[in-house]
Amino acid sequence: MQVFGLYNYWVVIILMMIGLYVVIASGNLIKKIVGLNIFQTSVFILYISIGKLDRGTAPILVEGVTSYSNPLPHVLILTAIVVGVATTALGLALAVRIYGAYGSIEEDEIQKQDNAS
Amino acid sequence: MLSLLTVTALAVARLDQLFAAVMLFGIYSLLSAALFVVMDAVDVAFTEAAVGAGISIILMLGALALTSREQRPVPRSRHWIALVVVVVTGAGLIYGTLDIPLYADPNAPAHLHVAPRYLQQSMQEIGIPNVVTSVLASYRGYDTLGETVVIFTAAVGVIGRLGVATEGRIEPKTGGLEHYLILRITAKFMLPLILVFALYVQFHGDFGPGGGFQAGVIFASAFILYGLVFGMENVTAVAPPVVVRSLAAIGVLIYAGVGVVSLLMGSNFLDYNILGHEPTHGQHLGIFLVEFGVGVTVAASMISLFYAYASYQREK
Repeated sequence: MQVFGLYNYWVVIILMMIGLYVVIASGNLIKKIVGLNIFQTSVFILYISIGKLDRGTAPILVEGVTSYSNPLPHVLILTAIVVGVATTALGLALAVRIYGAYGSIEEDEIQKQDNAS
Repeated sequence: MLSLLTVTALAVARLDQLFAAVMLFGIYSLLSAALFVVMDAVDVAFTEAAVGAGISIILMLGALALTSREQRPVPRSRHWIALVVVVVTGAGLIYGTLDIPLYADPNAPAHLHVAPRYLQQSMQEIGIPNVVTSVLASYRGYDTLGETVVIFTAAVGVIGRLGVATEGRIEPKTGGLEHYLILRITAKFMLPLILVFALYVQFHGDFGPGGGFQAGVIFASAFILYGLVFGMENVTAVAPPVVVRSLAAIGVLIYAGVGVVSLLMGSNFLDYNILGHEPTHGQHLGIFLVEFGVGVTVAASMISLFYAYASYQREK
């Protein structure tokens, strides 16, 4: 039971680490942004897992139901998702501009050009 | 479901083909949306399905079209460094989980503080069944106002980076998949349904899952579909970029304006009780207006993001 009860959190950590790995290991800026998004989604899953209640249902009040899942994480994550896409768009816009300026979105190539100038 | 998510995420990490990686990321988002439904977070699932699997994929593909589609392999040493960092951090985090309460434990500290109050009193205080909406728009109205402003700011930032989409900058031949018969007919059939559904989600958010954020995204996706299939010149004729940009600001103004009105009527900022004859009437009105403001801002911001990407011309 102990092991199964923490399974959700462990998967969250694995996903988080996959995201972190992509951010560190890839030189491509857009790939990095995808990695950040994976990381972000894992945080969403963490919050929602915390909000889940045994035998609870969705937090919409109905007659005859007494146990609901915690609505607070839902609110936080719901807004975070939309904010996340807006910030992702900003990151992608920066990548597009960098491509316009350097002709590449590979990290090492950009650095090389910076050093050369 | 969780294992499927892990597999998809691993595949995204492995792929050098950015196009395929982005498509797989869409699948990953959709899977996580399904997972949110399993964990009772219907509102969140709704948003994730519309945003993660819809809008963010389109934006990423747009960015790919403007840059390159493949990533160059990086030196092997870098993979090893990353792997070591990740394994060490992950092991530390897993050690940390041993102390946290088990999944779905009703006695976890997270469920004992404000949540019971929201669940038990929101019916008398706010008077709407969807607790997520009452917390979002009323109890934590300040946060939501801040987040709406963040979305607006991000849209402004993207426009600042990529330039303003004016009529002159849009080439007559940008995109448009009109010559594909199936796409054209299906899009025409879907568009009114998507728009009606968005309005339903917007105004039914008090009673079922839904609200301004989801409705805004769905509304915007209808315009984006129209733009993708019928070309930019048609969609900008329906929704001129200037109008869309001002709407993004007007949405924030509606939200903050509700707060200012409640201030002027002698109450606290964003305290809706004063807006009606009875507290719950005031709450209904306040939440309605605030959600409307959120919906307008989100929809307009998403559409202007799409415009910015679609009209950006590469500097040669």
